[in-house]
Amino acid sequence: MHDQLFWFFSIAMLLSGLLVILSRNPVNSAMFLVVAMCFMAGLFVLLEAHFLAIIQILVYAGAVMVLFLFVIMFLDLKAERRRRFRILTFGGGIIVAAAFMVKVHDVVEDMPLVAAKGVAGTTEAVGRLLFTRYLLPFEVASLLLLVAVVGVVLLSKRDLK
Amino acid sequence: MDPILIHLIKIVGVVGVLLFICAYIVLAERRICAFIQDRLGPNRVGIPLWIRKDGSAIQIGARWALGQPIIDALKAIFKEDFVPGHVNKFYFWLGPMLVMAPALMVWAAIPFGSTLCGVPMIIADVNVGILLVFALASLGVYGIVLGGWASNSKYPFLGGIRGSAQLISYELCLGLSVIPLFMQVGSLRLTEVVRWQTEHLWLVCYPWNWLPAIIYVASSFAETNRAPFDLPEAEQELAGGYNTEYSSMKFAMFFLAEYANMITASALMVVLFLGGWHLPFVPVSGGIAVGVAHICIFLAKVCALALVFIWVRWTVPRVRYDQLMGLGWKVFLPLALAGVLITGLAIVAGWSPS
Amino acid sequence: MIPVVLPHYLVVSAALFSLGLAGVIIRRNALVIFMSLELMLNAANLALAAFSRYNGSLHGHVLVFFIITVAAAEVAVGLAIIVALFRRRKSVNVDELTSMRL
Repeated sequence: MHDQLFWFFSIAMLLSGLLVILSRNPVNSAMFLVVAMCFMAGLFVLLEAHFLAIIQILVYAGAVMVLFLFVIMFLDLKAERRRRFRILTFGGGIIVAAAFMVKVHDVVEDMPLVAAKGVAGTTEAVGRLLFTRYLLPFEVASLLLLVAVVGVVLLSKRDLK
Repeated sequence: MDPILIHLIKIVGVVGVLLFICAYIVLAERRICAFIQDRLGPNRVGIPLWIRKDGSAIQIGARWALGQPIIDALKAIFKEDFVPGHVNKFYFWLGPMLVMAPALMVWAAIPFGSTLCGVPMIIADVNVGILLVFALASLGVYGIVLGGWASNSKYPFLGGIRGSAQLISYELCLGLSVIPLFMQVGSLRLTEVVRWQTEHLWLVCYPWNWLPAIIYVASSFAETNRAPFDLPEAEQELAGGYNTEYSSMKFAMFFLAEYANMITASALMVVLFLGGWHLPFVPVSGGIAVGVAHICIFLAKVCALALVFIWVRWTVPRVRYDQLMGLGWKVFLPLALAGVLITGLAIVAGWSPS
Repeated sequence: MIPVVLPHYLVVSAALFSLGLAGVIIRRNALVIFMSLELMLNAANLALAAFSRYNGSLHGHVLVFFIITVAAAEVAVGLAIIVALFRRRKSVNVDELTSMRL
């Protein structure tokens, strides 16, 4: 069951990832990214990372991508014109991606095949770690969010003084 | 019995009961708003029992229009499904579905009873409980945004934009307002929350939970697009908002989803603050009769809260959009954070039983 | 079929990362480039969660949590910048934003 679901989730996720970068309409891109996020959450569940799966949906699909959609609609972006097919950029992108895949394959090839160890990423376990060992980074992250809020408010003022 | 079969029965049962309640809540809303505005409201169609030769029918409950939901549903199905030429077809179709689906999916994690014949009355008792509910509910915003955008005309578009900003903002208040409860209960499982309340008092009985409860109720008005916060579909300003271009069954989906969301919000309120299926003097565990009684208690509480939603909608005037956002960000958010702090102090001081 | 273990997850993660990378290079729309960046961040998240699972520790999960937090902040600021840019230039095409070029 785990294996079949893994293949289903990962293939579906990669397909929607591909469609994110190939769709000409930004709204399509954003919606395919939402779909990819949801399948990613499925993979997280397979990895027993329940908390992460929920956070993935709640933060990415529920908030971040809505923000993307909001901005796309706000700016009223129409679908891009069918651009002259720039072979150089396209080829460059594929070559870089392929080179990266080859490197990863080298790394993965002689990796020992170990079975999964039974830790479940429940909210309680992750939270315990967050508030003990990683307390300082946690506080810094909250500061970062505050800075982001202030920065965004400043950026979106019409006239910067 | 086969566990998959049990799950299927539970899912069909929950969705069926939910849609049934939705249909009759719509009728209740029409009757109550008529009462508040000193009108009669729907009072013609009963449930037909027998049709005579001359075409007249013997019907029951015509006085309270008990047959009205059936007639409304038939009307929605058989009306012409008109799709304007300027819309983005795919997203125009997708919008109503994306609003409806999360509203129903959320019920997977809500406990609607204790146990019946040894089967827990919840579809999926996951350890992330409330987070799952919020995560699924947060997906409902896509339907509104995409529906408004795909309609490709001015007012639906404005409704969609308003909807996205409002729903994201109030999700924050909603999430923050329930944190104090889980600090007291110590688990995110909604079944645990109810169990805790059966052992102690209902969570709403503790004074430090009153502020979160008020914020929760007000935020859920905003989350379900109901007056006084129904800005995305304000008729007088936006001619119906994001659903202006929709007709027949697609419109009915938007309409039903609003009521389904309302019922879901009431159900969560019942589970979180009002003890779920628990009622004093009703045994916490027992045979089939007790199990059925628990489900009935839960449904009664949910319907009572849904009536509060209706009552508020027809009593309070709509707020302005900047007031809405100001209220969310400058009042509710700090107050919700203060609620977390106050509850923390109450727990440290040992006032909260646990 | 061989059972799914860590390398499978890593390959999927790498594939997703490559997709994001290709997207950043190929696309000219600033918003879509941004979305490709999100794909790359997600790929990293998947790798971290997989490492966590197969090493029997939860530290990867905490790291993913931080990545998601930072990504949310980054998206908010980035989108604000794009909106500000659009107000000035009426375009989000990165090819047309060349005023800093010599």
